[in-house]
Amino acid sequence: MDLYKDRNASDTIIRKIFELSKDLGEIKLCHVCGTHEHVITHYGIRALLPENIQVVSGPGCPVCVTTQGEIEAAVKVAEKGAIVTTYGDMIRVPSKRSLSDAKASGLDIRLVYSINDSINLAISNPDKKIVHFAIGFETTCPTTAVAVLNSPDNFYVLSAHRVVPPAMDLLLSSGKINLSGFIDPGHVSTIIGTKPYEPISKKFHVPQVICGFEPNDILMGIYLLIKQIKEKRAEVENEYVRGVRTEGNTKAQKLMEKVFESCDIRWRGFPVIPGSGLSLKNEFSNKDAYKEFNIEIEDIPEEEGCSCPEVLRAEKIPSQCPLFGNTCTPQSPKGPCMVSKEGACYISFKYEKPFR
Amino acid sequence: MCLAVPGKVIEIKDSVGIVDFNGIKREVRLDLVDVIVGDYVIVHTGFAIEKMGEKEALESLEIWKELLKFQEDY
Repeated sequence: MDLYKDRNASDTIIRKIFELSKDLGEIKLCHVCGTHEHVITHYGIRALLPENIQVVSGPGCPVCVTTQGEIEAAVKVAEKGAIVTTYGDMIRVPSKRSLSDAKASGLDIRLVYSINDSINLAISNPDKKIVHFAIGFETTCPTTAVAVLNSPDNFYVLSAHRVVPPAMDLLLSSGKINLSGFIDPGHVSTIIGTKPYEPISKKFHVPQVICGFEPNDILMGIYLLIKQIKEKRAEVENEYVRGVRTEGNTKAQKLMEKVFESCDIRWRGFPVIPGSGLSLKNEFSNKDAYKEFNIEIEDIPEEEGCSCPEVLRAEKIPSQCPLFGNTCTPQSPKGPCMVSKEGACYISFKYEKPFR
Repeated sequence: MCLAVPGKVIEIKDSVGIVDFNGIKREVRLDLVDVIVGDYVIVHTGFAIEKMGEKEALESLEIWKELLKFQEDY
């Protein structure tokens, strides 16, 4: 895999990017993946690009787009006596009541690496109800589907799953940012394939390239986007061929279709996005924690002063937030983007802060 | 969150496999893929989400080689 990191190869691609983009005017490319933001910032890719090419970060961090109302729902489930499990950074996200505060107050909230760990917890605690607060995009949804179909009766799911393409559509529909192309998320695409992105390219005439996670994958993706822009094409191309089939992972798609149905859901920083959420189908209501514990998602207004909503909508970069690096740091985060290892603010603070 | 790591399947027992990540071995669920021992998989939150295709990878290398030919122009 050395080629994907090789500096000489990077130079060649960068030269091609400079050559192609010379007369193209301002180009703004958007990715929707926290891991892409990490690669781009870690390797300083923005500094290697021509001045007229900007790469911005969109709503690609599942932890960051989970609403306070959903976090509050997880706290309420724990208050009703269940053991709540969830993934890493979710615990620390500031909210009306964060999961870490709830844990400190004595509620049983646990961090897991995999939903499989939650199932094992349910097996070893048959007298307890185990609720997995399931966040994540299409990459993670099939793992939850497997759990719903293969778990003991005392295991439930509190679904906060979301799908990416409707949010990309909304970013362009809002008309607030003028995007020239999308770097599509690699491992979301591993599951869904290339098709779900096609209506977006047709509707808005924007090119898209699915990218892998090595620095040269990103550069190659940018090159392919610029080439499409230059040739006035708006297609969905796949740079990450070693991890994404055109049709995606059909086995995973079938499991998702069996267990979930789409629903309208609000994202942190966004209004309700039609068809962007996944809730359990009625036939699995015995696994649905919202039903088992009779809980509804509250509408909790965003914290004032924090620019996470604008950062998630690709309208601001982290350093444009007045709190960034001052009152908001990874040690004392004010918004979700400074908590998550995939949050744009956390990544910018870690790699770029000393230079600003 | 959508971070996923490639590894090699070295053992399979029902829907669970042992995957070797450069020397670190972990249990991984194989419900989402059809694989045999020796296959490389991409693993996300304890589940293999795709088999890494060598053929596809080599095809993608062709695109790379084509681009790298430009190097000779400079």
